[in-house]
Amino acid sequence: MTEPFLSIQHVRKSFGPITVVQDFNLDVEPGEFVSFLGPSGCGKTTVLRMVAGFEEPSAGKIVVAGKDITRLKPNQRNVGMVFQAYALFPNLTVAQNIGFGLKVAGMPKADADRRIAEMLDIIKLPQMGDRYPYQLSGGQQQRIALARAIAPKPKLLLLDEPLSALDAKVRVSLREEIRSIQKKLGITTIFVTHDQEEALSISDRIAVMYGGKAEQVGTPFEIYNRPATKFVANFVGTLNVLEGTVTDAASGKVRVNSQEVSLKGKLNGSKSGDTLSLALRPEAISLGRHPGRDSSLSGEIAEVHFLGSVIRVRVGIGGATVSLDTFNSPATPPPAVGEKAEISFSSGDMLVLH
Amino acid sequence: MKSGRFWAWVVFALGAAYFFIPLIATVEFSMRMRRGAYSFDAYKVVFGDPRFQATFGYSVLTAVFTIILGVLIVVPTAYWIRLRMPQLRPVVEFITLLPLVIPAIVIVFGYIRMYGSNSPLPFLGSETGANALLVIGYATLALPYMYRAVDTGLRTIDVRTLTEAAQILGAGWGTIITRVILPNVLIAVLSGAFLTFAIVIGEFTMASLLNRPAFGPYLQNVGANRAYEPAALAIIAFAITWGCMSLIQILSRFAPRSANRPN
Repeated sequence: MTEPFLSIQHVRKSFGPITVVQDFNLDVEPGEFVSFLGPSGCGKTTVLRMVAGFEEPSAGKIVVAGKDITRLKPNQRNVGMVFQAYALFPNLTVAQNIGFGLKVAGMPKADADRRIAEMLDIIKLPQMGDRYPYQLSGGQQQRIALARAIAPKPKLLLLDEPLSALDAKVRVSLREEIRSIQKKLGITTIFVTHDQEEALSISDRIAVMYGGKAEQVGTPFEIYNRPATKFVANFVGTLNVLEGTVTDAASGKVRVNSQEVSLKGKLNGSKSGDTLSLALRPEAISLGRHPGRDSSLSGEIAEVHFLGSVIRVRVGIGGATVSLDTFNSPATPPPAVGEKAEISFSSGDMLVLH
Repeated sequence: MKSGRFWAWVVFALGAAYFFIPLIATVEFSMRMRRGAYSFDAYKVVFGDPRFQATFGYSVLTAVFTIILGVLIVVPTAYWIRLRMPQLRPVVEFITLLPLVIPAIVIVFGYIRMYGSNSPLPFLGSETGANALLVIGYATLALPYMYRAVDTGLRTIDVRTLTEAAQILGAGWGTIITRVILPNVLIAVLSGAFLTFAIVIGEFTMASLLNRPAFGPYLQNVGANRAYEPAALAIIAFAITWGCMSLIQILSRFAPRSANRPN
């Protein structure tokens, strides 16, 4: 196993009596792109700011490339950072902004100019060197901020919700650009976001945070398909949650609204009479019976939303409602509200939330 | 609606008359030195007076030192308050307003008692010390204007994020203040500087009681002993003040335009 490049060990941060980060641990491999995903106030930005040196941990340590940087000042860490509000220096041109870190580091002017030109090429804005930040769009400003952060060749790149202030279209293109530049340069990156689609689409691994702790750390595939906690399951993607009662733990039988479902091998530690939260992703459910889907539940169509290529159907099952999406087929009219319906799914796709 | 507009113009005309009639009268009087004809004789006498040149030069130099001292005190203070101690802002604002409440004569009597030649800090024991004390006193008088100008300038930029962006790029405090903060509030600093200049040029109380050869006491002296020259001097002083204000307006057009949202 390789030595982690960034190691955050038992880090805690309190502001007065309030603890915002508690016992946070994470190892990041060299060149890895890790996202901190969570709702507002979950502590993700605080962890990032502790890595940057803007906040000092109340306990624990942060190690980069084998060196303990916990008590180092931000300007001694050789870390690059991109801020949500761009934070370009308004009095400097684009080229001067990119060259700021190089000048502070004392790089000779000729070398700095070469590096600035290289950075402008990487972010695909080669003609923009003489412009001022106010003359650029939000997306361009954030690309300049990215170039400024990576120009001094930092050991670590920190991205603090860099796409939040941009419109939807620019966000998608810029996140792909950030990922492609990160891969090209092989720079270890921490990306903070509250947008699950962003995190799922560009990360090697995601740390889902809640209440100052990492609820789960894993690849986007693992986080989405095998959520470790109820919070992760609810926060990442859309989820249908059904309450069930264990009727026979040994054979994996669970009763959901007086209908029995088999969950073989998933009820470890449960006993008959226990109440469980069961979760199903909308894409794991089909309307009607389908081959290969070994479980089913009956209900009544509660709502139908025609969205063009997709029809979103909500099926009432006892007191619960299950959402599912079906593709629009011109030959088959959508179901009608009030119709009896059966939904089917593979019992393997059903998650038992703890 | 039309009636409202009419009265607005009436109020404007009255205000303008209140302001301009004494000014026009002073200009007219200052040009009547030569009997039976308008001339600039009073202005020639004033500009030709060596005491005018000496006192004006002294006050300009004092103003420059006052501005430097004011910038050195106010910029780091206002910056630090915004960055790290925003809870102290009301306290600092109150302190900076005190020179508007406490008359200059009270401040200068305090100085004379505190810094007399027999005190542990005998500023008034030497010419240089007295000049330094005058600069300190003027910096105090100009504090409300300088602090507000700089604080307003700092409000237009995202001080915290810009500071952090510079820090993470390796900059120390000196670089941050000189290369990031000061250039972005330079116009605000210049506004404060010109206001300071205008205050220092006409100030009488401190300069007179500290017995300094400044322009204010010279204005008073000429006013007490001559007829037409005081009117010419008043117009000159007025022109200097207006010139300063116009420079603030012109320079504000060159302020770096912020692309960041303020905090």
